[in-house]
Amino acid sequence: MTYLAKPLLHHPELHRNTLGYTRRDYEGKISTLCAGCGHDSISASIIQACWELDIEPHKVAKLSGIGCSSKTPDYFLGNSHGFNSVHGRMPSVVTGANLANRELLYLGVSGDGDSASIGLGQFAHCMRRGVNMVYIVENNGVYGLTKGQFSATADKGSKSKRGVVNADSPIDMVGLALQLGATYVARGFSGDKKQLVPLIKAAIEHRGVAFIDVVSPCIAFNNHAGSTKSYDYVREHNEAVNRLDFISSRDPLTADYEPGTITTITQHDGSVTPLRKLAPDFDATDRIKAMNYLQERAAAGEVVTGLLYVNPDADDMHAHLDTIEAPLNRLSERELCPGNVALEKINAALR
Amino acid sequence: MKRISSINDFVVKFANVNGSGSASANELFARAILRMGVPVSPRNIFPSNIQGLPTWYEVRVNEAGYQARRGGVDLMVAMNPQTWDADVAEIEAGGYLFYDNTKPMPKSKLREDIEVIGMPLTEICNATYTDPRQRQLFKNIIYVGALSALLEMDPTEIERLFSEQYKGKETLLQSNVKALRLGRDYALEHLPCPLGLRVVRANAVGNKIFLEGNSAAALGAVYGGATVCAWYPITPSSSVAEAFTKHCQTYRVDPATGKRKFAVVQAEDELASIGMVIGAGWNGARAFTSTSGPGVSLMTEFIGLAHFAEIPAVIINVQRGGPSTGMPTRTQQSDVISCAYASHGDTKHVLLFPEDPAECFELTAKAFDLAERLQTPIFVMTDLDIGMNTRLCEPLKWDDAQVYDRGKVMSEEELETGRDFGRYLDADGDGICFRTLPGTHPSRGAYFTRGTTKDRYARYSERGPDYVDNMQRLLRKFETAKTLLPAPLLYPAAKPARFGAIFYGSTSPAMQEALDVLAERGIHVNALRVRGFPFHNEIADFAAAHPWVFVVEQNRDAQLKTLLVNEAKINPSRLLSVLHYDGTPITARFIVDQISQHASSRSVVPIKKTAS
Repeated sequence: MTYLAKPLLHHPELHRNTLGYTRRDYEGKISTLCAGCGHDSISASIIQACWELDIEPHKVAKLSGIGCSSKTPDYFLGNSHGFNSVHGRMPSVVTGANLANRELLYLGVSGDGDSASIGLGQFAHCMRRGVNMVYIVENNGVYGLTKGQFSATADKGSKSKRGVVNADSPIDMVGLALQLGATYVARGFSGDKKQLVPLIKAAIEHRGVAFIDVVSPCIAFNNHAGSTKSYDYVREHNEAVNRLDFISSRDPLTADYEPGTITTITQHDGSVTPLRKLAPDFDATDRIKAMNYLQERAAAGEVVTGLLYVNPDADDMHAHLDTIEAPLNRLSERELCPGNVALEKINAALR
Repeated sequence: MKRISSINDFVVKFANVNGSGSASANELFARAILRMGVPVSPRNIFPSNIQGLPTWYEVRVNEAGYQARRGGVDLMVAMNPQTWDADVAEIEAGGYLFYDNTKPMPKSKLREDIEVIGMPLTEICNATYTDPRQRQLFKNIIYVGALSALLEMDPTEIERLFSEQYKGKETLLQSNVKALRLGRDYALEHLPCPLGLRVVRANAVGNKIFLEGNSAAALGAVYGGATVCAWYPITPSSSVAEAFTKHCQTYRVDPATGKRKFAVVQAEDELASIGMVIGAGWNGARAFTSTSGPGVSLMTEFIGLAHFAEIPAVIINVQRGGPSTGMPTRTQQSDVISCAYASHGDTKHVLLFPEDPAECFELTAKAFDLAERLQTPIFVMTDLDIGMNTRLCEPLKWDDAQVYDRGKVMSEEELETGRDFGRYLDADGDGICFRTLPGTHPSRGAYFTRGTTKDRYARYSERGPDYVDNMQRLLRKFETAKTLLPAPLLYPAAKPARFGAIFYGSTSPAMQEALDVLAERGIHVNALRVRGFPFHNEIADFAAAHPWVFVVEQNRDAQLKTLLVNEAKINPSRLLSVLHYDGTPITARFIVDQISQHASSRSVVPIKKTAS
């Protein structure tokens, strides 16, 4: 971390998006995480994605649980409301917030301790319900703030900094998300921002629950030889199945691609995402095949990254609950209270 | 043997097997008496079971309008061989036993001092019906028919109830009427009608209504503007969320689009349900959960966060026996302390204590105003006795002129004028700060919500003075809460009284009856019903005005008394506890006995003047 505040002045020619905001307008407080922490790269990717998509910062609500990852919402989108809630319980708070106002963009940031251990239940049910949100797990395989204990995503056989070998089976968040009905599932690597930014952008445009597992090495406690979540290990074993070249609904599709390697994904809001295939036998729209593929590659020791599954026509919790279009938090007594005449009828029926 | 003889004042208890369809027949019996203008108060005494275990339905018929459980049984309708011995033993001397004598009971199984009325219900059913389910269900209606004759009830009231219930279902209506008449005709011909117990038409019900507290609380949530309900099934509170859903389907569907102006989520557990409520409250929707003691235990970490982060939430706690996961189908008031101080750190919460379904409605609706005004969790402390029993109470009231109090929420316009916004800044001196809702203003008013590590402007701070400043302000806010909560209600004695009594919640009907009985016996007691916590100052004044004050509660550890001593600084030596906690609702008899004993031991017998 740095104690030096960033200068408020910036270059007059810094690019502005169509709302007139520069990237700096999407920044937050200075990070208090360790220098080189993968999480800071993810924060930078979130900033980049929101800026590129012309998101109004105050129309985002960023929520988290507890842990290093959950501190990060303070470090991006300073003009958005944030909520640092309870360990492992961010999903329920987002669910409630989303019920109250369906018009905001909900960004849930969590870690592997937060979502795979204490909060595994809430993670699972959030996926099942299809809460319209972007759910990012900053996955480093350890508990950072409490100094390096294994988390539930640590691979079997992975060695801790103190030399302890993990004997327990890992929880695969991506596998769970696919099984539980998430409608957008991706895995990124904090060391590959070019891959990560489009994954976040497409997740933002997705309607329904969008889950991104981002392998994000812990520089302090899990970046040594023998760890399977170190920068070196992930770089060596990273097998990207595809690359997204995100194009927002507001931009024309002009990119020139080699025919046959590109498929496009059109989401509910009209955004078109060209998907460049890297693994020829991988289909990101087939959930069952994706699950099988991931299991096979994981058994071979690979860390598969990219867009792993998307259902472009997904719906969300509000569709399941059949709620009205207007945000529930904006309804007044006129729309909510049945009034005295109705109450008299209720009384009469109870005699 | 002297038979009990009473008009419009007796207790009938039905002993049934769970799942046999008796519940609706028994309720029909109670409603029919009500329709004759005679107040009844029925209570379900049921097991944690769906089928097979014993269940009871106790109906107190009382023209004077006393609603509490009386204690003792005048007529036992013994339909369950499993509990026969205990059921027969419970009948008052001179009382009545009604049973199915298709297989007559030996004399050794009966009592000399009661009147036994046998009716071959199974035989009649088997002769009339071939379908086994019909044989079972109509047996219940047949005994209601017989009872209508034995108690001189008006059968047309029962038939009218059938026609309301089975409107448009002619076959069902006819078959029920047939069963009813079958039982009634048999009784008139073969049984000693009427008994000493009789129902005589009266005019003592007035415009009162008959409903369950859980349904009333749910209706209060509808009227109070709740749009988000997140819950997890737990007896005895489940029917709150279910009733809320049902009421919303009637009153909260947009006629133009058919879309819903409410969201109900059955969560994966209580942690998630309170998390959803807090998320919704943070984001400006009125949200609630309903639960019971074990659920509150699971919610406590979140409740602490909501307290410190100052997020509105309403928690309806339908209390049951505790601790742990016990006594799910029995009533208690034993979560008072656990809710008042729920969570870690220095936390105190606002509690409301409704006495009956009418107040469940009123106080639940009010809880949403309080939650948003005070920006904190509000507990509505009801219990199984109120929640799951149908109770006669005053009609529900609503003033269309009132508007919801949405509390201090800074608008986009106010932010635009440059008004100073500090999320935890006590701008008005009442301890309540302005909040903003997400999405309000592009560049002003956003803040990062967290627990205690923050300063007045919601900036991260681990400084001691910032922490103390915030904690002191929360105390000021708690003082402000007193001015907003419903005031305690005084029930003054008719004559000057040395004794005071403090009570709350579902103890109310038993207490009011006890006060009358005590007054008849020359023991005059001023009573005060507490309706909210933190306590109004007049509660301490009331205690100070009496040498002794009884605190009547339905828990073992005198939990409200502890709060009175702890928070209202009442001298504990003048507080005498009357505690009832066996899982059954408290009775007037119990209160009268306890208070009489205390009173006699504290009465100074004046020295009689020597006769001149």
